Amino acid sequence: MNDVFGAIHAAVQTVENDPVLNISIFAAFVAVTLFIVIRASRNNKTAADYYAAGRSFTGPQNGFAISGDYLSAASFLGICGAIAINGYDGFLYSIGFLVAWLVALLLVAELMRNTGKFTMADVLSFRLKQGPVRMAAAITTLAVCFFYLLAQMAGAGGLVSLLLGIKETIGQSIVVAVVGVLMIVYVLVGGMKGTTWVQIVKAFLLIGGAFVMTIWVLALNGFSLDTLLANAVAASTTDPKDAILGPGLQYGANPWDFISLAIALVLGTAGLPHVLMRFYTVPTAKEARRSVVWAIWLIGGFYLLTLVLGYGAAALVGPEEIKAAPGGVNSAAPLLALHLGGPFLLGFISAVAFATILAVVAGLTITAAASFAHDIYANVVKKGDVPPDGEVKVARRTVIVIGILAIIGGIGVQGQNIAFLVALAFAVAASANLPTILYSLFWRGFTTRGAVWSMYGGLAAAVILIFLSPVFWGGETSVFKVGTAIWPLNNPGIVSIPLGFFLGWLGSVTSRKAEDPAKAAEMEVRSLTGFGAEKATHH
Amino acid sequence: MSDPRTDAAPAGIDYIEVEESPRFTELKRRQRSFVFPLSIAFLVWYFAYVLLSSFAPEFMAQRVWGDITLGLLLGLGQFVTTFAITMAYVSFANRRLDPISEEIRNDLEKREVSA
Repeated sequence: MNDVFGAIHAAVQTVENDPVLNISIFAAFVAVTLFIVIRASRNNKTAADYYAAGRSFTGPQNGFAISGDYLSAASFLGICGAIAINGYDGFLYSIGFLVAWLVALLLVAELMRNTGKFTMADVLSFRLKQGPVRMAAAITTLAVCFFYLLAQMAGAGGLVSLLLGIKETIGQSIVVAVVGVLMIVYVLVGGMKGTTWVQIVKAFLLIGGAFVMTIWVLALNGFSLDTLLANAVAASTTDPKDAILGPGLQYGANPWDFISLAIALVLGTAGLPHVLMRFYTVPTAKEARRSVVWAIWLIGGFYLLTLVLGYGAAALVGPEEIKAAPGGVNSAAPLLALHLGGPFLLGFISAVAFATILAVVAGLTITAAASFAHDIYANVVKKGDVPPDGEVKVARRTVIVIGILAIIGGIGVQGQNIAFLVALAFAVAASANLPTILYSLFWRGFTTRGAVWSMYGGLAAAVILIFLSPVFWGGETSVFKVGTAIWPLNNPGIVSIPLGFFLGWLGSVTSRKAEDPAKAAEMEVRSLTGFGAEKATHH
Repeated sequence: MSDPRTDAAPAGIDYIEVEESPRFTELKRRQRSFVFPLSIAFLVWYFAYVLLSSFAPEFMAQRVWGDITLGLLLGLGQFVTTFAITMAYVSFANRRLDPISEEIRNDLEKREVSA
């Protein structure tokens, strides 16, 4: 993520950089989205308005917003670049991100919508002991949001800095601060409604831009995937040249590392708190189902486009030029844009990358603020005894605190290799959140102790293993370049995810206190029928 | 569990009774007997693909026609099955789950009003 900026830097250096054009394009984006956010904020009265946009979005709208929330700059620039350089292995990576949505569709989305109000913790603590379960769920939520947010902020700072031609550390720090302030304004003023509209606009721009570029690339290759692949092979610098058509270039050295990542990708999505929270912005479970269906088509379609764009960048730009660019693999998509449409398309794609980061950080911020205000403050600290507007007031203040923390963090990690944070967020979501979500929805014997053990155990295992891994110790790109890693894989999922499931089971079977059967029956009836589910608010 | 009624929601609905009703057990059976096998199936297919890519690279690098390899086709196959499962689930849920869950929900809402 942190070298997202390098991507743009590359393109910027190869052509006469036009900062005025770049600034105008994304100033236009900011102006349009701010206008929408301010309009959307008019009806932000209750907690349901602020956290869940009054539950008034339609399935298709929410599907676009989910795609806008989910398709981060890492998946756009990162996957295009990985395919351009490593071919098949880059494509392999995107498949996990898509298949993961079936977990959300079949097992999680509708049942969560029916039983929850605003946060993941609402569902997890439904039939278990409120205090400890809510607290644990809020902590894992905040952890996932924090890791993901830090990665995005570092990328945002670098990206904008280079588009504006700012190279000094102090200048970049100011830009990170501006991005943070912009994010605070969006979320503070617009709440979930404003955030959702930013995500919808961004999804249109991103998928639209990728679609146009894909058609363009295919037109240059006679609308034949085979010709495109042949051209990519011809331009390849690998030995043998056609190695980009088969597996092994990126993950061949340590297949277990990829398997560990693959498990986290496919099981992590349905446990990402900012994704789960999006299900509460629609009026019914049926709309939640429709949103996931739209999201699957949009996200799947987008990854198919990146396949063409990645091989297109390999064929038209060439791996040497991409690798020589300061941003390395991440510069593939911007360089392809420059090659196809000149500085204007480059400016557009760069603005889209910026919009992508802004939409994702806004979604993360509102999720973290909701979790703090609704779970920790209102339900754990105040035990539900808060005035109607008290919770939202706390949520708004939390937004400011999170924004400031994100700015400080984003400045602090400038120049660090923090790409591992996105993978860590998925690993934590899969190890700490998903086991408890599935157990509480489908296993009657699940208990408070099981939930608490699973969430803290899964979180701790993922974080500790990352800390003991080559990400931190003894490699060229490690945080500390000295020492040796105790745990050999960069991804903790292969251990931490089974551990999360195991602890949930162990904690439950060793519990002496049975959970309330009436609550369990209520949760089951409500989750499947939607009886008593939160309704849309009308204005 | 001597008298679950004391734990029931304020609306006075006995959820244990609803849960044990034949209509609800049928809804639960239909939902689970559809989503569980399908979830296992797509996870097995996904991990089979990941393991083949990781441990049988020559097999996956075979050309099927032109420069299109078996691995690429199987990868696109993952997209196809994901889209197919999505549509199959939606059609199943619309036909087999929604009517019965709506019936139970309307029933409960009526009971809530009269309680």
